[in-house]
Formats: sequence, C-alpha cells, structure tokens
Amino acid sequence: MKRFAALFQRLDETTKTSLKTAAMADYFRDAPDDDRLWTVALFSGRRPRRAVNATQLREWAAERAGIDQWLFEESYPIVGDLAETITLILPPPSAQSDLSLSHWINVLRGLHHVPLEERKARILEAWEQLETAERFLFNKLITGGFRIGVSQKLMTRALSMATGRDEAEMQHRLMGDWQPDTTSWHALIEAEDASADLSRPYPFYLAYQLDEGPDALGAPEDWRADWKWDGIRGQLILREGQHFLWSRGEELMTDRFPELARSLDFLPSGTVLDGEVLAFTEGAPLPFNALQKRIGRKTVPKKLLKEAPIILYAYDLLELEGADQRAEPYDTRRARLDELLKDLPPEAPVRLSPQLSFSDWSDLGRIREGARDAQAEGVMLKRGDSPYLAGRKKGDWWKWKLDPLTIDAVLIYAQQGHGRRANLFTDFTFAVRDGNGLTPFTKAYSGLTDEEFRQITDWVRKNTLERYGPVRQVRPEHVFEIAFEGIFESPRHKSGVALRFPRMSRWRRDKPVNEANTLDDLKEMLAAYG
Amino acid sequence: MAREPVLTFTPSGIYCPAGDFHIDPWRRVSRALITHGHADHARPGHGRYLATEAAMPVIRHRLGDIAIDTIRYGETRQIGGATVSFHPAGHVPGSAQIRVEVGGEVWVVSGDYKTEADGLSEPFEPVRCHAFITECTFGLPVFRWTPQEEVAAAINRWWAANAAEGRASILGAYSLGKAQRVLAALDPSIGPILTHGAVEATNRVMRDQGIALPDTLHVGPDFDAKAHPGPLVVAPPSALGSAWARRFRGASTGFASGWMRLRGVRRRRAADRGFVLSDHADWDGLLGAIRATEAERIFVTHGYTDIFARYLNEAGWDAQVVTTEYSGESLDEPASDGPADDVTEGAT
Repeated sequence: MKRFAALFQRLDETTKTSLKTAAMADYFRDAPDDDRLWTVALFSGRRPRRAVNATQLREWAAERAGIDQWLFEESYPIVGDLAETITLILPPPSAQSDLSLSHWINVLRGLHHVPLEERKARILEAWEQLETAERFLFNKLITGGFRIGVSQKLMTRALSMATGRDEAEMQHRLMGDWQPDTTSWHALIEAEDASADLSRPYPFYLAYQLDEGPDALGAPEDWRADWKWDGIRGQLILREGQHFLWSRGEELMTDRFPELARSLDFLPSGTVLDGEVLAFTEGAPLPFNALQKRIGRKTVPKKLLKEAPIILYAYDLLELEGADQRAEPYDTRRARLDELLKDLPPEAPVRLSPQLSFSDWSDLGRIREGARDAQAEGVMLKRGDSPYLAGRKKGDWWKWKLDPLTIDAVLIYAQQGHGRRANLFTDFTFAVRDGNGLTPFTKAYSGLTDEEFRQITDWVRKNTLERYGPVRQVRPEHVFEIAFEGIFESPRHKSGVALRFPRMSRWRRDKPVNEANTLDDLKEMLAAYG
Repeated sequence: MAREPVLTFTPSGIYCPAGDFHIDPWRRVSRALITHGHADHARPGHGRYLATEAAMPVIRHRLGDIAIDTIRYGETRQIGGATVSFHPAGHVPGSAQIRVEVGGEVWVVSGDYKTEADGLSEPFEPVRCHAFITECTFGLPVFRWTPQEEVAAAINRWWAANAAEGRASILGAYSLGKAQRVLAALDPSIGPILTHGAVEATNRVMRDQGIALPDTLHVGPDFDAKAHPGPLVVAPPSALGSAWARRFRGASTGFASGWMRLRGVRRRRAADRGFVLSDHADWDGLLGAIRATEAERIFVTHGYTDIFARYLNEAGWDAQVVTTEYSGESLDEPASDGPADDVTEGAT
C-alpha cells in the first residue's frame, strides 16, 4: 500500500497535469502487475464489491476512536468525505505494514465470506496497520467513489508514456467490460491482439462547445451540420451476430434498450454506429423526459416500451464489414453510413440522423433557432475532411447549442458540498413566488465562482432560520438567475415542473425578492417549451 | 443579593463589572485588556489598552498611536474591585490568557491558544480557575496536529526539492505569528528566504523587541526575483494568487494552516502543498487545557462551539456557548491585517 499511497500523495499535492502524468507513468513502470492492473481499474471507476456498509464503518470508527456516534456524525459533514473522516478520527496506527495494494483489496474481497464480527475484526486490524494516507485509500476502496483528480484521459496518457504505446490505442484497450479478475496487466495493456473482445467499443469523439458562433471556423463549405440531439449518446456494436450498446460513460446499456436487438435483422455483423438513443414515435423524437423514464431501468415494462419506444439516430460509422473506419474522412464515413441505412424500413430501430444543408453561417444560424421545435438542443458542426478522433479534441467537431432558458428564483435552502466543496455551501434549493409564499421548484449546484460560493457561504452561516439535519433554511433574500435546457411537467414536484440541467447563471444582487419570477411564469414556460 | 458574575458577555465584548473593563472587545470601550495583536482581538478605537510587554510592539504597530499600558506575565494588577494578571497562551509571541479574580472567584479568558511549544512564543501555562472562557477553533476530534519538528522537516524537504529544480517555493502563512514561526523553523542553508511586505513589517517589529529570526529579504516593487534562485517566500495567504506572487514564475505554492488537515479545504485553495500547522490547540490540546484549569464552568467563544459545548456537557462539565465576534484561524487573513502600504503592494 505504501507505493500506492506515495503515488496518491504525488497526485494529490499538485494541480499540474504534467506532474500528475509523470507520477503515474513512474508508478506504471515499476509497480507489480497486480497492483498496476488494480490501479488502472480503480482510476477507471472499477472497484472491489462493497463488503461492509457505511453505517457499520461509522460505528466501528467511532467506537475505536472512543467517541459517541453523534460526534462522529457532526464531524462528517465538516470533513465532507466519509473515508477521510474515519481516517482522521481514528487514533494513529500502532503498527506498520508493507503489504501491497492488491493484498488489501483481497482482504476486502475476502470479507464477503465471513460473518460480520470477523469483518469488523479484519477492518480494525487493517486500520491499526495503515498510516494516514494508506488508511484513507483503504477506506476509499471500501466506500467507493475513487475521485482523486485523475481523469481517464490523464491515466491513458501516463500508460502510453510508461509503455511507449500510442495513446489512442491505449484508450481503445481500456474501453469495454473488463474487470481485474477477467484480465491481466499483460492481456489488457501489452498483448498484441487487443481486439479479441467482441464487445469492445471505440473511444467516443467528443465535441467542444462553440461559444462565439461559427464565423471563426472558416469557409462554411468545409463544414457539415446535423442536429444536436437531446438524448443519450450511444455506440451500437454489431459483431458476430451479437449486439452491444455502450454509453459515452462506458456503461453497457444493451439490456436497457431491447428494441435495438432487432437491428441485427436489418444490418450486417461487423458494423459499429455512433449516434443518439432517442425516444421516438411517428417519425419524430419525443422530448427528453420520455427517455428519462427509460434511464436507470434495467428491465423495461411493456407499457413503457409502448409509451416511449427508442431508436438509435445514427450519425457516424466507425466500423464497416469488420474494418475500422475512423481514419476515413467524415464525408466518406457519412456517405457509407447513408448507403448502409438508406433502404431500412420504418420498423428498423436504427435511423439516419439527417444532415442539415445550409448556404452560409447566417443561414445555419437561422436553422439553429428552430432547434427546439425539432426536439434538438442546437446544431453540431463537423469538418468534412476530419477523421474520427478519440476523446475531447478541439478543432473538428463543435456543438453550437441554443442559449439556455432562464428564470429568476429565490434561494431558500442551502446544504454543504462534499469533497473539494466541503465546508462551502454549494447545494441550493430555489423557489418562485406564489401569491404571498414561495414554492420550491429546483435545485442547483454549479455556476458560481469560488469567490461567490465563499460569499454565499458566509451569508448562509449568518442567515440560517432553521436547520433540518444538514439542510439549512435561509432568509429568502437572494435572487439567482437559473439557466436550464428544458422544462417538463412533473407530478412528483410540488411546483408541477422539472428542469433539465439547471444551474446558477448569475447572482442577481440587483434584484429584490419581489422581482423574482412567479409560479405562473414557470407554468407559461412549461406551456411554451414543455 | 446574588453576587454578580466575575465576567459578563455584553454586545461590546467580555466585560468585568467589578473592574469596569472589557477583554478583547469588538466595540469601542473606555478600557480594554488585550490578549494578543490579531485583528479580531485587538481592535482600534478604545480609550485605554493593557497588554503584555511582549505583545505591545505589534499592537502599537498595527493600531498606531494608542494609549497602551503594559504588564509582565504573572504580574498582578488591581483594577477597581478586580485583580488581573496575564499568563502565556502559546498562540503567538506576547499572547496571553487573562486571569480575573473578584472576591476569591477566578475566571480566565483564554484568548487564542495552543498547547504545543513552538520555540518562539512563551509556552502555554494552564491557570487554575473556577470558570474558563475558551476558544475552540479546532474543537472536533478530526483535528489532531503532528509535532512541529515533523511539519518543519516537511516544509524544508519541499523547499529543498523545489530549489534543486530551480523553482521558488511560496508559502502562505499569517503575517503575524505563523509567518515568524515558520521562519524560525526553516533551514537557511537551503537557500534565500524572502518575505512579503506584510510579513516583513511584523518581522521588523519582532526583531526590534529581541526575537531572533533568520535573515530575510523583503520583496518590494523593484525586487529582482531572478537574482535569488530557489528561494522560500513567506507571504500572507491573500498574496498567494496575486500579481505580487506572479513574479516567481513556475513557483510551487504551499499553505500553512490547521485547516490543511482537511483534504477538501487543501484542494479548494489550489495550493500545491498543505502543511498542517496551527497556532490553535487541537482536540486533545483543548481538552487537556480545560482539564488542567480544573474549572467546572466552561464558556466556548469561537470555533465549532455547539458541538464542542455538547461534548463537554456530556463529559460532565457545565459548558455553554457565548456568541462573540472572534474569527479564530480563518483561511484568509483579514484585509485590515498589516499596515496599509503593504496591503496595497500585495493587492492585484
């Protein structure tokens, strides 16, 4: 664990990407195979199955520290992280240990097979042997959420530095459904045949946001446009008579969208499509909240399949007849995609996302204004001669979104954030005016600067009216402009509406509460945009 | 007739009716006894001040031409019906707890304190009393300090590693107290030690009163940073991301504070390194100090007061929270801290 803790400390004590990458590359060069495989797994969101729950951990930690449970619970929100709270509250360790990261992971995996008392004994024994940083990491292994400022992109770069292999290749190797138990360092990182896994997706190419409009992009004739859909980005893989659907977050979503199983009836194996999963009926996409009902459902009831059937709106072709198409220019890929999909019958679960033809940038600007009517968020711009790159790269793909909708709302509840935002009030509930009262309608967590978060935190401390656990009701005094991407009817909310991607776009210090928007305003927006 | 308490809590601050004086008041009063020179304890505008001999120079430096009288540690003085004396608090050089005795009943006001000796401040001495008015800035069991030698060694290692790579190290530390404590712990053989104006001004005052600090160079407007490679630069926290600091291109930044014990706070500061170094007592320090006073009544003034008071009550003390305007160890030094000319220099 010491080597892994040393890596963690090097990563944690710098904000510079180059130093983080170097630290990881050093680690990947010399760590034992099991340890480095687990490190790749942890930094890509995989972790050992949880063997003890958070309540048990808290009780054991408080007991070992010799304090009452309430004192532990009061300390937790101030520290902001459970693993860290336990680490800090325990007395210093009485012993040392040179056991490796994989050893401790195996200890955790062994807990499933032993009774609770034995689990407790083993956890306490581990705490007794691990120093602060090691103990923190050990606790993180249990509680999950290994977010320590290392993106997958950064790790991929470090692996590429350590192995001398191409970054894009490394990124492709790390994709898909592997677990440390089902592979080895050699098979995952070094073996020559990396495509053996049938389900392995290609890394997604991600677009940058175009803030200033397209004028700076050069000649309009070099660019192609299509709608930016408000659905779930997905990669559909058809290989050897099987199909797989991957999300952008590398989650396998095949079972959630059973409609796509039929794509094998219409398309040949050896095909990989990039597109958007959308709820779709009668030739047109449905609003996002129709799809929302499908998200998070592992099995789909018949009624829902009927109400919100989905399709894949395909806009790029990554593999054709088993051959990687990514190096081909976009125009070529798109022509092959058109050819592949042009004769599909309407019952096919895959459709071609249409290209938008435009004469110049102002023409495209006008088309963009109609995005909401098309159930789209804006337009995508793709350079005609560009290859399909891996990850978020500037230059060839841009998203040009509509300006968000906004509403002025009153801050009524505040809660402290976690992790980097511990000790700051960052999680807010907002209300609109409703007669003489206020009706809560949304939460928002982002959009303010650190300085603004500090100021509002100060203010919340001095203007708390009531506490409900970690939530504070505050004096209704501050108005914020809330920006959002869509508005839907929602019987679950008191206000009757739900917003999509709400965030604080401006602190309206100039506005008194009686000038904030009303519930009627919100309902008008629902009628206009819902 | 019920006897009046030795000290009462008024909108102006802690007040002694028998002696008609206040301790560390936040509103203007005629007579103020001051525990130490930090801005939340020593405020301008009082009629008369009383502080320890060692605290006086800094207080005068910060507050200008005030009517201030001094007292030695342990010396007793009669003020009206009260007998007062000042005792080391170990917080910063000259800092004191103030003992007030009226009719045989003893109350002690801790001001800010720490129980670990830092080699610069007069070490904390517990004072037996009936009632103890204590801070609890770090009154949670997650706050436990590592010994100063270990923190000092970590700072010196960080500095040496940066210097070896030709980088400057900028360390954020309160300009009164923490900065000098860090300076005294540095190993001057590693490289040059540079200071921000706000720190240097306090250094000057302390050197004049005979406190030994290593040699430092003041980074003024015309300072040539290139002429002093691999330096350790001590600056107030507010100067850390400022135009002033940008002259040390590629520098590694560090921050010395008890809050650095929390990873979330450390990361929010976006400093490269956090060194857990506080001039306030940690959880064990607070409890140890309270036990040593043998007081039965405890008043907690600032910090995690609700939680700390509840803990004390459950552990058998008679504890209550009093509302004050002390801020303890805040992450950002108040802007009023330090002479005006230096603040301008540090501003972006």
